[in-house]
Amino acid sequence: MKRKLITVLIITVCFLLQSTIMRKVAIGNITPNLLLIVTASFGFMRGTKSGMYIGLICGLFIDLFWGSLLGFHMLLFVIIGYFNGSFQRLFFDEDIKLPIGLIAVSELSYGIAVYFFGYMLQGDFSFGTHLFQVIIPELVYTILVTLVLYQIILHINKKLETEEQRSASKFV
Amino acid sequence: MKIKNQSRLPGRYVLILLTLLCLLLLGIERFTDTGGPFRIIANYTVVPMQKGISYVGMWISDMSDNFETMKEMRKKNAKLQSKVDALTIDNTRLRQEQYELERLRELYKLDENYSDYEKVGAHVIANNGSNWFSDFTIDKGTSDGIKVNCNVMAGSGLVGIVTETGPNYARVRSIIDDASNVSGMILSTSDTCMVRGDLSLMSDGRLRFEKLANNDNKVEVGEQVVTSHVSSRFVQGLFIGYVSEIEVDSNNLTRSGYITPAVDFSKLQEVLVITKTKDDMVGGK
Repeated sequence: MKRKLITVLIITVCFLLQSTIMRKVAIGNITPNLLLIVTASFGFMRGTKSGMYIGLICGLFIDLFWGSLLGFHMLLFVIIGYFNGSFQRLFFDEDIKLPIGLIAVSELSYGIAVYFFGYMLQGDFSFGTHLFQVIIPELVYTILVTLVLYQIILHINKKLETEEQRSASKFV
Repeated sequence: MKIKNQSRLPGRYVLILLTLLCLLLLGIERFTDTGGPFRIIANYTVVPMQKGISYVGMWISDMSDNFETMKEMRKKNAKLQSKVDALTIDNTRLRQEQYELERLRELYKLDENYSDYEKVGAHVIANNGSNWFSDFTIDKGTSDGIKVNCNVMAGSGLVGIVTETGPNYARVRSIIDDASNVSGMILSTSDTCMVRGDLSLMSDGRLRFEKLANNDNKVEVGEQVVTSHVSSRFVQGLFIGYVSEIEVDSNNLTRSGYITPAVDFSKLQEVLVITKTKDDMVGGK
């Protein structure tokens, strides 16, 4: 229960930051994708199912407030959560290379998917401008933010896990 | 027992279930209005939080403005003083013309004045967090008389159009958004053109205009562009920006180029919403 509350709190805070403060400190009018970091990191820390549920909530937020179609970002984020969750076996706390790599891949494929469904299917074929104007800057910025945000999420997750283990051993 | 069963369900099946759910939602969206009950919940939960954060943000930016040095302030003051002088001269000249205009209007019995639209002020409380769209949320909604398709201005220039409303919030799509199309008009020649937002120009906050007839009317850099009389959603005569580049298209029939908007879209804080839509005006007659 406590874990669920804290997770929802993390998502809400990241969502609010992304739409208010982050826009003020944006470099070149590009904001980092905090919700994607949250989805991906819970994915490879907690497994496919957690990743998918958290992706679903993040996607719901995005579709309701920033998007126009309910369900599109939900679907993308569920898939991102599942993809990252399948790397749970390879994940170690100390290793920062795997999280960064996974988040980079997720961000890149997210950008390309949005371009493909949102722009190319409408007949906008200038992939190069979209790649260099939005996708790549967002990727770089997101990775920079990952270095900080991921540590915070990791720390919170570790605390929760030790607490859960303690309460589990108490009942046994 | 039930919980146990759920946790045994393999991840693959959950993925398939959730994918189907999302596709179902996308399908429903095709036939109904967007969001539905979710949006009502959101109106009472997330929007108040966004308001809180953006007020804190405004307070912080006010604080940082306080630290501007004296020298900068003096320089700014001198610059503003000269601007005041210039504007005063302008103003007297314009006032004289205004009297003349009023007299002529009376002669023509044109009782409607397009420059006096009723407006409501609002704060910008949240921007779009994704980099693909350019829209923002304001802290006034249907309870203040804002409707879908209301035009939104900041200062003297057009900012965008309301696309979605709730009791105490409204979403505004800015004219630099990729999906935005505004029917514009060159003020001096009254030739109409299409003003389009473009994702690749969004970061420098410029606009593109197209389909301006390539006739004898000469249009130069620096001319003013306003919303046109043929637009179905934008009321007439709202200032969009200045022409910054213009060239004749390869078909030799039309001209296109770029517009520098009158509004700085990266620093929007307060906006004015015109509460009458074009539909109201046209239908009322």
